[in-house]
Amino acid sequence: MWFASPADASERLSAVDYLSDDSIATSVFLAGALGKPLLAEGPAGVGKTQLAKAVAAATGAKLVRLQCYEGLDEARALYEWNYKKQLLRIQAGQDESWDATHDDIFTEEFLLERPLLAAIRSRTPVVLLIDETDKADVEVEGLLLEILSDYQVTIPELGTITAVRKPYVVLTSNATRELSEALKRRCLYLHLEYPTPERERDIVLAQVPTITAALAEQLARTVATMRALELKKAPSIAETIDWANTLIALGRTELDEAAIGATLGVVLKHASDQTRARKELAL
Amino acid sequence: MSLLDRHVGFVHALREAGLPVSLAEGLDAARALEVIDLTERESLRAAYAATLVKRPSHRPGFDTLFDLWFPASTTGLRPSHEAEPDLETAELPELRDRLAGLLLGAEGMNEFARAMVERFGRQAASPGRQNWFSYSVMRALSPETLMARLLAEVLAGQERGGLAEKVARQRIGENTRRFEEAVSRDVRRRIAEDSGIERIARSSVRPPLEQLDFLRITKADLARLRREVHPLARRLAARLTVKHRLGHRGRLDFRRTVRASLSSGGVPLTTFNRPRRPHKPELVVLCDTSDSVAAFAHFTLLLTYALREQFTKVRAFGFVDTVDEITRFFVPGADVAEAMTRLVKEADMVRFGRTNYGHALERFAERYGDAIGPKTSLLILGDARSNYQPPALETLKRLTRDARHAYWLNPEPTSQWDTGDSVATAYGGVVPMYECRNVTQLAAFIEELA
Repeated sequence: MWFASPADASERLSAVDYLSDDSIATSVFLAGALGKPLLAEGPAGVGKTQLAKAVAAATGAKLVRLQCYEGLDEARALYEWNYKKQLLRIQAGQDESWDATHDDIFTEEFLLERPLLAAIRSRTPVVLLIDETDKADVEVEGLLLEILSDYQVTIPELGTITAVRKPYVVLTSNATRELSEALKRRCLYLHLEYPTPERERDIVLAQVPTITAALAEQLARTVATMRALELKKAPSIAETIDWANTLIALGRTELDEAAIGATLGVVLKHASDQTRARKELAL
Repeated sequence: MSLLDRHVGFVHALREAGLPVSLAEGLDAARALEVIDLTERESLRAAYAATLVKRPSHRPGFDTLFDLWFPASTTGLRPSHEAEPDLETAELPELRDRLAGLLLGAEGMNEFARAMVERFGRQAASPGRQNWFSYSVMRALSPETLMARLLAEVLAGQERGGLAEKVARQRIGENTRRFEEAVSRDVRRRIAEDSGIERIARSSVRPPLEQLDFLRITKADLARLRREVHPLARRLAARLTVKHRLGHRGRLDFRRTVRASLSSGGVPLTTFNRPRRPHKPELVVLCDTSDSVAAFAHFTLLLTYALREQFTKVRAFGFVDTVDEITRFFVPGADVAEAMTRLVKEADMVRFGRTNYGHALERFAERYGDAIGPKTSLLILGDARSNYQPPALETLKRLTRDARHAYWLNPEPTSQWDTGDSVATAYGGVVPMYECRNVTQLAAFIEELA
């Protein structure tokens, strides 16, 4: 068992400085209790990757991370035979029969483990983070299906390897493309949105311990106001935290128009967004 | 109703409201019910959401239905109200004071909304029957009129018009919206209690954003849609790139094939093809910007502009009864909302103010005829309702002939074409006309086009 209840999940996550809400805590608990992968989707910088790290930290499990990118293939994600080592082995045993060599070069010793296989074979509890799933090609999703529904991997030369312990799987996605229905169906879905000002204030307080409560409150409210504008890219939690750090570094204790104007580049990263914010917020 | 019946009924209602809930997902949800504490309503909601709702745009509909099928308990929950006015007998000013406190962030919004619906929301429909309405609650309390007072209270002498006011306004506005939601939620719950869940469930769930009808869109929805333009464009672009990569291979790559054949003694065992050159059309958008189809035209324009990289060149023209080029409002990095207001104010698209497709087409051919060339795709957006004016079909035929492709997107349902002053079929005979009523249809069309 990973967590005993949603309340337990929430408590243990906040012990590692990840502040959850009802839906996060329940989804995190259910993913463990039902043994299903958790698909966290949402805009950049709302703490999707951080969630997986926090689960690993809260449960004391090892974090195995698979970063997805265009062109990711089986050899990078699952396993690969150590071809060079196999060649050496063949040359070393020159007077052996073919059968002996053949049996020998397809064994554990020549297998290169990649994140997915590592997570399946691990004997200790593992949190498997499949990051930015939407960046990978569609074929990778097909590869994930077998692993995510049965927690097993088939290697032709070795047979099917089934997980000793089910890993806790977290997939993240920025929704740059729709993931396939088949993949979504196998996962629990958690949509992470920008937090309420109250939660964001608490997050800032937890992440930036030196900040005063009043400034954190002001920050959270101002960022909420900015998100209500029609921006190309609304500021994320990560950017709010950066902003808090910037203000502390500059020694500001108050978030007034001048302070915002001077540091706007930390939260808004499009010229048109900055112009709009300056106009709308009368900076 | 047993828990199982309720679960099955809820899943069924979700499907009826258009959420694709598969059998396997329903089972997952049932399994989740076994492990969570059913008395915790919010974790029940989260458990259902995690197992059944896999698209953010389906979430509002889900929440509405959840509140109907699993209403919050209203008995036995009487939080300590000692310091507060008695909600059943208090005078209106007292109640407004209490509401003002809530809008500033005090606790107890839901209880208050419930009590107010009880007091103001009831209207006798016929003897022995009653109806519940949220607008009568809103009229009695009128939270919007509290804004000025609350602002004065929050700002406490700070100067007006500055950042502080903006922040306060946003916060109070957000809380007002929450209050309205709480009231309409309670009204729906009461109607469901009086006349059954199924009846109200059908009428209270709005279709998800991407299936909203362009012609019936509200201002708030349009703002929400505009926010979706960039994510949608990004998704479409990603899909188009994948499509191009997977698409049919191009011509034989002679050089690579011959070189590869050297290793097999000159016999070309494997052939190589060149990757196909991506097809990037030049796009000319001609759109009706009259009020009747404005929402549709605006959204489509924004989307084509967000997708600029998929086209070699995009030029846009707007018309009501005469035509003007509006490309200049969409320079890269321009502000979306502002482009729209400037477009309406500055562009010269109106002569008499009544839509006239014939005249607009003729003016277009005359003034901007050279915009259409053999590489151009011509995209016309409009409902083909021309106020019984001559349609100028010949001009349109000529334009179509000069362009490589031409398409017409009509935001009206096919069943309404040719009714009244619509000349959809006549135009449709010249330019292939597609029904395009919501974002889903639009996305499908663009995918085909690029």
